Amino acid sequence: MDKVIISVVGKDTVGIIAAICTYLAKHNGNILDISQTIVKEYFNMLMIIDGSKMDVTFGELVESLDKIGEELGMSIKCQREEIFTKMHRI
Amino acid sequence: MITRFEVNETNKMIEHDNLDVRTITLGISLLDCCDNDLDVLNEKIYKKITETAKDLVSTGKDIERDFGIPIVNKRISVTPIALVGASACKTPEDFVTIAKTLDRAAKTVGVNFIGGYSALVSKGMTTADENLMRSIPQALKETEFVCSSINVGSTKTGLNMDAVRLMGEIVIETAELTKENDCIGCAKLVIFCNAPDDNPFMAGAFHGVTEADAIINVGVSGPGVVKSALERVRGENFEVLCETIKKTAFKITRVGQLVAQEASSRLGIPFGIIDLSLAPTPAVGDSVAEILEEIGLERVGAPGTTAALAMLNDQVKKGGVMASSYVGGLSGAFIPVSEDQGMIDSVLAGALTLEKLEAMTCVCSVGLDMIAIPGDTTASTISGIIADEAAIGMINQKTTAVRLIPVIGKGVGESVEFGGLLGHAPIMPVNQFSCEKFVSRTGRIPAPIHSFKN
Repeated sequence: MDKVIISVVGKDTVGIIAAICTYLAKHNGNILDISQTIVKEYFNMLMIIDGSKMDVTFGELVESLDKIGEELGMSIKCQREEIFTKMHRI
Repeated sequence: MITRFEVNETNKMIEHDNLDVRTITLGISLLDCCDNDLDVLNEKIYKKITETAKDLVSTGKDIERDFGIPIVNKRISVTPIALVGASACKTPEDFVTIAKTLDRAAKTVGVNFIGGYSALVSKGMTTADENLMRSIPQALKETEFVCSSINVGSTKTGLNMDAVRLMGEIVIETAELTKENDCIGCAKLVIFCNAPDDNPFMAGAFHGVTEADAIINVGVSGPGVVKSALERVRGENFEVLCETIKKTAFKITRVGQLVAQEASSRLGIPFGIIDLSLAPTPAVGDSVAEILEEIGLERVGAPGTTAALAMLNDQVKKGGVMASSYVGGLSGAFIPVSEDQGMIDSVLAGALTLEKLEAMTCVCSVGLDMIAIPGDTTASTISGIIADEAAIGMINQKTTAVRLIPVIGKGVGESVEFGGLLGHAPIMPVNQFSCEKFVSRTGRIPAPIHSFKN
């Protein structure tokens, strides 16, 4: 697992970034970039992670983030970076 | 570094515009399974398919999860069975046993279609070819996932009119034998001219004899994404319109290319081609017809339809070609009637006729596709339609195909429901004048001259 893009969309609430970052830190995921906006109470965040040293598989990462998303009532999507670089970079 | 805007754009395409990879199709050569003994042949075929494709479905699902892109179908295509079964099969019934083996293998590995119950008879038919063709109705009745295709002509060889005549009868017989299930057998039977060896799309996929032992071909999709992009350039000139289609096609195809490379490396099977097709589904917003309407037609079938489609098809290719290292298959906009809600609506509104669809097939892939016609249509009329469509392909050096469903017991004004990706279709009227004497002539239509293009 190399670079991973985590995108979070949903109604703003307390502790979204904390929950995700705590999980990533626990499993050795390094945050390379993070940006967020809030438009009309809607939270939209993008995180770029270096997952090369993580101690979980990609499948486990997706599952855990899904679970965190459910608890927070947010949609957390976790995708490998290539789908975006292939589509948007020549 | 990727921006939030780019991530959101990609995910919007997936979540709202139905962007998906339509199919990963694993082509498997069965030539090394040939045997004189039918039982041994069947066993070898089953073993080769189930071993080669054992990880296909799980790998497809892993790729879906990793990139967050749906991969709708995982499929298999095999060497035309008329070749594989030639020495073991002495009767049409013998060929049916192979169809059942293919069906069983497909179920074991979890794919939803297996293509290649095929014969290539563009110039002549061997005894095996003819036996396979005569076995098609029974084979499609007794199997669930097997797809059949017959190549009856090519630009280089002309049209095999004996095969065209026979296939008219076979289409009717297939409809009769599967009439309990809305004649579904005919939805899995395609008659081609200039059939490509590397097409990943069903029902016409087969693994050509020019191919390697196994190969990964990927079919992309995304009419919804193109439509959505065009909504943002309403009223702009043709230059802007074409640029928008090209850019969108590029993005869609890049996803296909990524998925194909991943599948290839994870399965350890070489990458063949990307098929640059806009493949609609019955879902609202996943329609080629809606793109044409967005371009400016009140309904598909209106004057201007052929020109709009020609432009769309060409821009999709221009955008897609640069996005992939190898392009092949059918590559173009598909215009199946039952699988495209916009096409269905146009037929119901009286805007779209069989004749206009035929004209449209001159400028796009692939042909008269998934069209329901009255059940009392004669075999000779169907042969006439096949001959017309094949002639378009032969003269214009392109692939054309016919997938008609004569709906037994139903007529114009009624409709038929196939379910799933195959959709539903209103029954369209067919020209009632006879071509019996024309299609009754035996022999071939010679290959066309390649000069004096007019």
